[in-house]
Amino acid sequence: MTRRLPRMPRTPLTVLLSAVFLAVAVLCALAGPLLAPHALDQDLYLGTVGAGVEGHLSGTDALGRDVLSLAVLGTRSALLGPVLVACGSMLLGLLLGTLAGFRGGWLDTVVGRYADLLLALPAVLLAMVVVGMLGGGYWVTVLVLVVLFSPTDVRLVRAAVMEQAARPYIESARVLGIRPGRIMVRHVLPNTVPIVVANLLLNTAFAMVALSSLSYLGLGVAPGAADWGRQLADGQRIMVDNPLAAILPGVLIILAATSVNLLGDWLAERLDRKVATR
Amino acid sequence: MPLKGAGGARPLAGFVARRLGTALLLLFLLSLLVYGLVFLAPGDIARNLLGTRNATPEALAQVRAQYHLDEPFLRQYWRWLSGLLGGDLGTSVRTGEPVSSVLAERLGLTAALCSLAFGLSVLVGVPAGVAAALRRGRLADRLLVGGSVVGVSAPGFAVGLLLLYVFGVGLEWFPVYGTGTGFLDGLWHLALPSVALALGLGAFVVKLTRAAVVRELEEDYVVFARSRGLGGRRVLGVVLRNAAVPVVTSLGLLVAYLLGGTVLVETTFALPGLGSLLESSVLFKDFAVVQALTLVTALVVSLVTLAVDLAYLAVDPRMRTRAGVGR
Repeated sequence: MTRRLPRMPRTPLTVLLSAVFLAVAVLCALAGPLLAPHALDQDLYLGTVGAGVEGHLSGTDALGRDVLSLAVLGTRSALLGPVLVACGSMLLGLLLGTLAGFRGGWLDTVVGRYADLLLALPAVLLAMVVVGMLGGGYWVTVLVLVVLFSPTDVRLVRAAVMEQAARPYIESARVLGIRPGRIMVRHVLPNTVPIVVANLLLNTAFAMVALSSLSYLGLGVAPGAADWGRQLADGQRIMVDNPLAAILPGVLIILAATSVNLLGDWLAERLDRKVATR
Repeated sequence: MPLKGAGGARPLAGFVARRLGTALLLLFLLSLLVYGLVFLAPGDIARNLLGTRNATPEALAQVRAQYHLDEPFLRQYWRWLSGLLGGDLGTSVRTGEPVSSVLAERLGLTAALCSLAFGLSVLVGVPAGVAAALRRGRLADRLLVGGSVVGVSAPGFAVGLLLLYVFGVGLEWFPVYGTGTGFLDGLWHLALPSVALALGLGAFVVKLTRAAVVRELEEDYVVFARSRGLGGRRVLGVVLRNAAVPVVTSLGLLVAYLLGGTVLVETTFALPGLGSLLESSVLFKDFAVVQALTLVTALVVSLVTLAVDLAYLAVDPRMRTRAGVGR
């Protein structure tokens, strides 16, 4: 059955808005200290807690720090960690997934069991227990999440590689005597790029949720650090005095993760279409 | 289609045994991991176990003896594991109470919260997903799909906080904290937390249901049935029944997601359930409670996964054949 391919639609407004929001966020992450309206240690004195403090657009937090500035400075830990988690787990996924999918045998079984083991528990819960017990900081948390996020990537790459490996062109390449490593790198992997790229973005969004959840619980970031999850937890305690102290980081977390997810979905669809029309 | 093994009990029993074996192996490895974490943790275990008490040499020696810390690791692990199998989950470092009674005390709230959230997300998510699939590409579909992206992206604690502010502090429709007394009051207090927990879950349900129904609608049999003049309702009935299989099985897998989310939501709303117990125990390094809770969670997830696999076999005869012959 032939299917008519629909014309490529215009880029939706939501995707454009997401891109703009993320661009601003990246700018804040890179040049936060220059963009923040106040330095965090500028007016730390009592009596300035709450909304409507003069000169502070969104009020101050329990320590008298400017809420907006804290949010701007928090973009760095909100973006950097999740991107690293997504890239790291995809690297693991590519490595183990290709080996398992292309070589098969006992290696496939071991990799499959490793994925099963980590998927037997909710990732956030396991990360919480490991980070809480080992008492690590931000980078330890990122590393733990890389390991915990990898099973889905391993499965994804494995499935994509196996799907490719069964095709005639790989058989021909084998018959021609091309080394398996070369077939893998030159022929199989390029065909998994769309799925890998799309999953990188979706994983980044999940990692944003996971990392901010952990820092909300007080894990992975030092007390008082500029981090949205932490800021929300601290702000919740003064919700009556200055609701924005908690609402602003909360809304930012939701917006950032939604933007990345929307971009990821859109990119996945586009790349899929490209492959289909090739 | 080969019918071999479709009705026989032996391949089924074999399948169940294999799955049980895998689940047990996973639980065993996980228990080793969770138990080992205590020894990987930085600092003196005895000092951690003492908690806030004064760390005199005598007190430390007493704790070491009490927890058998002078024995080799595997021996300690074995002591703990055999205790678990006998129903002894250990003693809370923080309160000195038996862990099993602490868990039993808090189980009710978490069970109520999770079932409310699960019920809510299914009752709203499934019809919404079906509606979106039937109106593919139109405004209602785009709104639902967009909404489900936000729902998937929004962590429970952030949603919880926004709900708390709007409906608790602002409109004063719902209580801000506490669990209430009696059934109706309790339900009243759990309303906002369960909505916060259900939002992310419901968004997944919408996505899953929509995808499953769309897949069925694109099948040739739908075109054929329509061209033969079958009514829309009858076609829809068949489509929904076929789409139900993947939806029901995915619902089981969402239990893991639910258990992760309840930790955050219980913390946000300061509810005394298992989730907030895990949170405070992790921060306090109450090893015994953390170990027990982690294993209980893994056990629940494994059991649900197993039940889902079996339900799959019961619902779809094709899977029975595959399980018996293929694997």
